[in-house]
Amino acid sequence: IIVGVPLWWRTTETYRAWLPVSQINELSNLQLQLSAEVEVVFARGTVTPEQQKKVPLTQIQDEEHTVDGDLFINAVCLVVTKIRRLQGNICLKCVFSRGHSFEVQDMDVYVGQRRTALLRIGAQMRVGKTLDQLLAHLEPRIKQVLQVMSFSHTDISAALSDRVRLSPGNKESIADSMRTFKSSPGYEITFSLLNPDPKSHRLHWDIEGAVQTYIQPLLTKLASVANFSIDSQTLYYAMLGVNPRFDSSLSAYTLHSDSLAHVINPVEARLGSNAASSNPVLNFLLYVPDAHHSPLYIHDRKKQEVPSNAFHSPRWGGIMVYNVNGFYGPEAVFPVDVNINMAKVMGVFLAQLRLLLGVQSSTAPSGFLVAPCGSNGLADWELDRLMWSRSVENVATATTTITSLAQLLEQIGNIVINDNIAEQVSSAVTSLQLAVAELETGNLRFALQYSKEAILASERAFFDPSLLHLLYFPDDQKFAIYIPLFLPMCVPILLSLLKIVSDARQKRREKQAKKD
Amino acid sequence: MQLQLFVIILFLFSPLVPQENAGQFFSSGHTNNWAVLVCTSRFWFNYRHVANTLSVYRSVKRLGIPDSHIVLMLADDMACNHRNPKPATVFSHKNMELNVYGDDVEVDYRGYEVTVENFLRVLTGRLPPSTPRSKRLLSDDRSNILIYLTGHGGNGFLKFQDSEEISNVELADAFEQMWQKRRYNELLFIIDTCQGASMYERFYSPNLMALASSQVGEDSLSHQPDLAIGVHLMDRYTFYLLEFLEDIHPSSKANMNDLFKVCPKSQCVSTPGHRTDLFLRDPGSALITDFFGSVRKVEITMETINLTEPIQQVEQNFVNEERQKETYSYVDQLPVSEIIHQKPKQKDWHPPDGFILGLWTLILLVFFKTYGMKHLKHIF
Repeated sequence: IIVGVPLWWRTTETYRAWLPVSQINELSNLQLQLSAEVEVVFARGTVTPEQQKKVPLTQIQDEEHTVDGDLFINAVCLVVTKIRRLQGNICLKCVFSRGHSFEVQDMDVYVGQRRTALLRIGAQMRVGKTLDQLLAHLEPRIKQVLQVMSFSHTDISAALSDRVRLSPGNKESIADSMRTFKSSPGYEITFSLLNPDPKSHRLHWDIEGAVQTYIQPLLTKLASVANFSIDSQTLYYAMLGVNPRFDSSLSAYTLHSDSLAHVINPVEARLGSNAASSNPVLNFLLYVPDAHHSPLYIHDRKKQEVPSNAFHSPRWGGIMVYNVNGFYGPEAVFPVDVNINMAKVMGVFLAQLRLLLGVQSSTAPSGFLVAPCGSNGLADWELDRLMWSRSVENVATATTTITSLAQLLEQIGNIVINDNIAEQVSSAVTSLQLAVAELETGNLRFALQYSKEAILASERAFFDPSLLHLLYFPDDQKFAIYIPLFLPMCVPILLSLLKIVSDARQKRREKQAKKD
Repeated sequence: MQLQLFVIILFLFSPLVPQENAGQFFSSGHTNNWAVLVCTSRFWFNYRHVANTLSVYRSVKRLGIPDSHIVLMLADDMACNHRNPKPATVFSHKNMELNVYGDDVEVDYRGYEVTVENFLRVLTGRLPPSTPRSKRLLSDDRSNILIYLTGHGGNGFLKFQDSEEISNVELADAFEQMWQKRRYNELLFIIDTCQGASMYERFYSPNLMALASSQVGEDSLSHQPDLAIGVHLMDRYTFYLLEFLEDIHPSSKANMNDLFKVCPKSQCVSTPGHRTDLFLRDPGSALITDFFGSVRKVEITMETINLTEPIQQVEQNFVNEERQKETYSYVDQLPVSEIIHQKPKQKDWHPPDGFILGLWTLILLVFFKTYGMKHLKHIF
């Protein structure tokens, strides 16, 4: 027994490597601190020289928000402002050299392409006001600008919508969170040209050049967020699956917005995808209607024509209808060669791509004039916004994964925990701690990088194939296994024990009898 | 609750205030659909289970879910079975009315790959990295998943391929792991086996709705035999379910309460059961097409970006320059000349293997036994 029992115990116990459980439990009570640095510059003439000297150099503002639901995270937004006065003149016209005029009456804020925003102080604040009033007037407006340009409570809540089911604060934010793809280390983008009528149209599209010129700059800028791989294909005889109606008043075919939902499914079966990767796929389809159904326009709910002639589906991709009947006359010889205007097409696809990736936010508040994004397709502050929300999302997802994995492993005592899983978990925990620290100081790039590492490690640990819980032994089955083995052995042992006891008792009785 | 409130408000005011597509979003909260259809039996006399699964597969495809979003696990030994009088077909109605095997069945796990382990791996996502995309369940937190199981079952377990079984506790744990990783938005679980209701007793994760063909202690019965094929073609519950689904088209507004009424006791002999306490929405507001079909939400693209730069020509150096002539040579598939003119290889010497050793030992033993040990002296 001395040898056997420990041996049996060792051979039947499962190998479980050590996990940093205490650190994981700490993580579940996560307090995120996000800080953004803001520099406020006063133009000449807005602040009088005496007031200038009294302007405080730094001012910290923090707000605490609790994200409702599981109360896992308290998001604390910390704003550090440095206030200084501009030396020299601001040349307002230089900024607006594109021809915009700032004299548009109802625009108070102009958000530029990089990371600057220009606020206009209201006329009543011009002169004669004290410094405190000036600052009190400025504070909420600066906060508003900050919320648009970096992060706001709704953005962070939307990023955390994985963990907590939102109580709907804002319809648009829910629609945003449903539309944008979840944070993933890579995405695949597929451009497809659908030609249902090759007998009439021979289509040429310079997809390589267009991707290189228009899409690639955006993706290069987003390289720190995710990897992208791009494919393209042409599908012939691919029909829409919905019959468009002929509208005689426009002498064109129309697709009503209600029938758009049924367009995607018949096409999707033919689209195909890369079999090797499990990354989410964004599909962009360019549909050229056949000669008998041209031109084809999409109508929205108000029966008005949609200028872009395109629609998109959340978390799937976009479809654009491109009419080519304008390129040839009725006496043309079929098939007609058509060169597709890639700039127009890519303009639409780029807009849809921005929406689907979460770059484009819902409309800015009133009084804001946002500069159109440049040739990159992405303004710097939009990239920052995306990085904030992605970092928070990654941190939240990784934390959930790790804590639920630890809970699962604790609950089920029979799962084998290999060394590589323990390693992944430890590295995920350290990356998470680093990411949280970087978020506090406001280093966005490092925070995003650490959060991506954390998510990769945690996903690898959670989805490791060796963690399959097939060792579910209900107690009665355990008895059923051991009883047939031990019962026959135990019977003679028990009987002999009984015999020993009865012998000892008899001897004692005899001894007593002898004594008497 | 609040989501539903929004829906009501929107519908009330829609004639006055034309809302954009935001209203459509809130009716269900899902953006894509997946289906996992499993038939857990093999052998010719379990024809009806394969026909069950294939009819659900057919309905689900007809209502819009593409093959890339369906994981179909079948033993797949019916269509090409030697006993099948009409090869390459699987019928679901007698008199061979409806061939559910069709032309484009895409079976992801067939034959001996349908095991409890693979099923749980698909559900929890713990597949080896070499698994192709079509065999994975790549759902996210906005996916509605339909899971359909059929086969032989008992009180608390379901038999897989006559050799193993899955218990209701394992299934509930798998769903909980899916929930922890947010691999589904809502899940509809349908099971057509004997005592099917026992399989959903142990669920404890939110957003699950379950239907079963019979209660604990009852058997699910099969529908009708076909005399030409010689086996029962379908089970009753799935037969009436299929009839119900044939009336559903992609824009139908039928809801889950209609589904609960499918196959009452008079038709099914067993009592179908359902469980909705874990489902957060009201079942009357959940459409059939939320799970069986794939109705996409669409938004009109309002903004476009004005791109003014001309397209750069992609550097294509290899086209403009002279192609370098590579010399190709024909390589023999089988180097015959080398084989013929080969010198015979020196065979390496191997020590005698077990059989020879054993034989020698036997001979030695016999020798010493008969002649006694004293002869050892003469040898050594």
